[in-house]
Amino acid sequence: MAEKTMTITDETGVHARPATILVNKAGGFKSDIQLAYNGKSVNLKSIMGVMSLGIPQGAEITITAEGDDADEAVNTIAATIKSEGLGE
Amino acid sequence: MSMINGIAASNGIAIAKAYHLAVPDLSFEKTTVANAEEEISRLDAALDISKQELEKIRENARVSLGDEHAEIFSAHLLVLADPELVNPIKDNIRSNKLNAEAALDETATMFIDMFRSMDNEYMKERAADIQDVTKRVMAHLLQVSFPDPALIDEEVIIIAEDLTPSDTAQLNKQFVKGFTTDIGGRTSHSAIMARSLEIPAVVGTKSITSSAGKDSMIIVDGIEGTVIINPSEDELAAYRARQEAFEQQKQEWAKLKDEPTVTTDNVHVELVANIGTPEDVTGVLNNGGEGVGLYRTEFLYMGKSELPSEDEQFESYKAVLEQMGDKPVVVRTLDIGGDKELSYLQLPKELNPFLGFRAIRLCLERDDIFRVQLRALLRASVYGNLKIMFPMIATLEEFRQAKAILLEEKDKLTADGVSVSDDIEIGIMVEIPSTAVAAKQFAKEVDFFSVGTNDLIQYTMAADRMNERVSYLYQPYHPAILNLVHNVIEAAHAEGKWAGMCGEMAGDEIAIPLLLGLGLDEFSMSATSILPARTQITKLSKADMQQLSQEALTLSTADEVEKLVRQRTGQ
Repeated sequence: MAEKTMTITDETGVHARPATILVNKAGGFKSDIQLAYNGKSVNLKSIMGVMSLGIPQGAEITITAEGDDADEAVNTIAATIKSEGLGE
Repeated sequence: MSMINGIAASNGIAIAKAYHLAVPDLSFEKTTVANAEEEISRLDAALDISKQELEKIRENARVSLGDEHAEIFSAHLLVLADPELVNPIKDNIRSNKLNAEAALDETATMFIDMFRSMDNEYMKERAADIQDVTKRVMAHLLQVSFPDPALIDEEVIIIAEDLTPSDTAQLNKQFVKGFTTDIGGRTSHSAIMARSLEIPAVVGTKSITSSAGKDSMIIVDGIEGTVIINPSEDELAAYRARQEAFEQQKQEWAKLKDEPTVTTDNVHVELVANIGTPEDVTGVLNNGGEGVGLYRTEFLYMGKSELPSEDEQFESYKAVLEQMGDKPVVVRTLDIGGDKELSYLQLPKELNPFLGFRAIRLCLERDDIFRVQLRALLRASVYGNLKIMFPMIATLEEFRQAKAILLEEKDKLTADGVSVSDDIEIGIMVEIPSTAVAAKQFAKEVDFFSVGTNDLIQYTMAADRMNERVSYLYQPYHPAILNLVHNVIEAAHAEGKWAGMCGEMAGDEIAIPLLLGLGLDEFSMSATSILPARTQITKLSKADMQQLSQEALTLSTADEVEKLVRQRTGQ
């Protein structure tokens, strides 16, 4: 299992556009990928799941993955969050 | 022929045949199926064809509306592929032998309800996206044809109950000449899209879908907000002429879009716009607005179940300021109470709401609400050229108190390390006669005045503008009003301050020559009035208008004033 915790710095939080990008990225991996915020965990391959968390600026989020490509999945998603200016 | 009134949502006149964009009957029966796997392949097929359609729609949107508007369909496509949507539906079919329609409806409704109940406006709106997507899948399951505006190949007026984002994205401007809907207002999604597509639209007609027959001829008058069904030959000719005149005028106006508003004797005045939401900014810029003269912040508070948070307000203010760049944005703090109720505040009913507990009066007592708004404004101030204006100021004490609260919040933010702009002008609305009369005293302390004529006229004439029996007293050209406006402008200029106006009067073609002559610095009006006003002002000489207005101040009646202006300006 791979895990990474990050902080959302984007002022608008995780809205439709960044959520779309993250879910598309997650969809490229075989592993089961979860996104947790505020005690709730959702499937990172689910746009509605991700949106339903309503993640605001300043939120601490945790990405976890389980499966053959778990490490790569977590690293790729973390890198996307950074390169999109969404968080660090 | 028959005529229906609605809300003018997008300027212009369109004449064409009706095209009913009806959502098909999507009712279904909940049944059990013998073969679950067969049912699942039916669902997969419906999802697949919906996906292909949405990809096409996204491509169309990219071409006709730009990447930003197309982005929403990438999210729609992900909804179709969402395992949290698709898997529960399939599980439901497998374990309960439910038909695909019922299973889809159950899961989709669950998500729609969940988003609707979120306390964030943005998330609430996402419920409509999910609904939009699932309706398409449902139509394919039921094998009913889903309206496909992309296939229209002759000139039409679209008639619908309402238009969804996917409908509007498919509208081809070449064939869709205008549209009209039963529901919606000036700020609803369809109205905003109509303005960005620049096609005439009338929304909120209540009855157009039931009134217009299948092949009716339709005139959409997006200037007046009326729709005419099956016009006579004479009417058709009259509207064609009006349409042509409007197009010509628009071309004439458009020439002045990026020009300053300068009189023939080289005096510059500022033409700015009144807005209610960040979405209105596009219209301001498209119409050559030199700024925002009145940002009504009430819309942030209305139609909700609770007060908007500081962050939510901050986002709206920031969006407006950023889009306007260096141009000034005058934000009016909350003007609520009286006739504008907020159910969640539970304010007691009043006998005289217009003379009662509203606007700054309410904000000073409920400073918990006021401070949240001021903090949001202060935080947003670094993103543009912000000016803050307090409404319904009757006494200097009120202004001092409001300003003190603002400065307190500013100090708190600065102490917390939040950056706040250092040159925010602080002004007041002049809408109470006492303030107009005592403008000299106010001018020493405020940075600017903005005359709110709608209220100033009703308070000066003691005539409720909602009461039709006394509506004859609503007289913007009355010498009493002109003298008050004159007094405010003179007082401002004596202290080196500026004076603007943000009521209907500022965009009125009879009032404009008078206001120009009285020395008004800033005229704030609805965005679509800006170019006509600029056209008018660039043909006037300020010196001549000064003479005209000095004469007007000495006349006895509003009628005499109007006659004088018409005579002198040849209107």
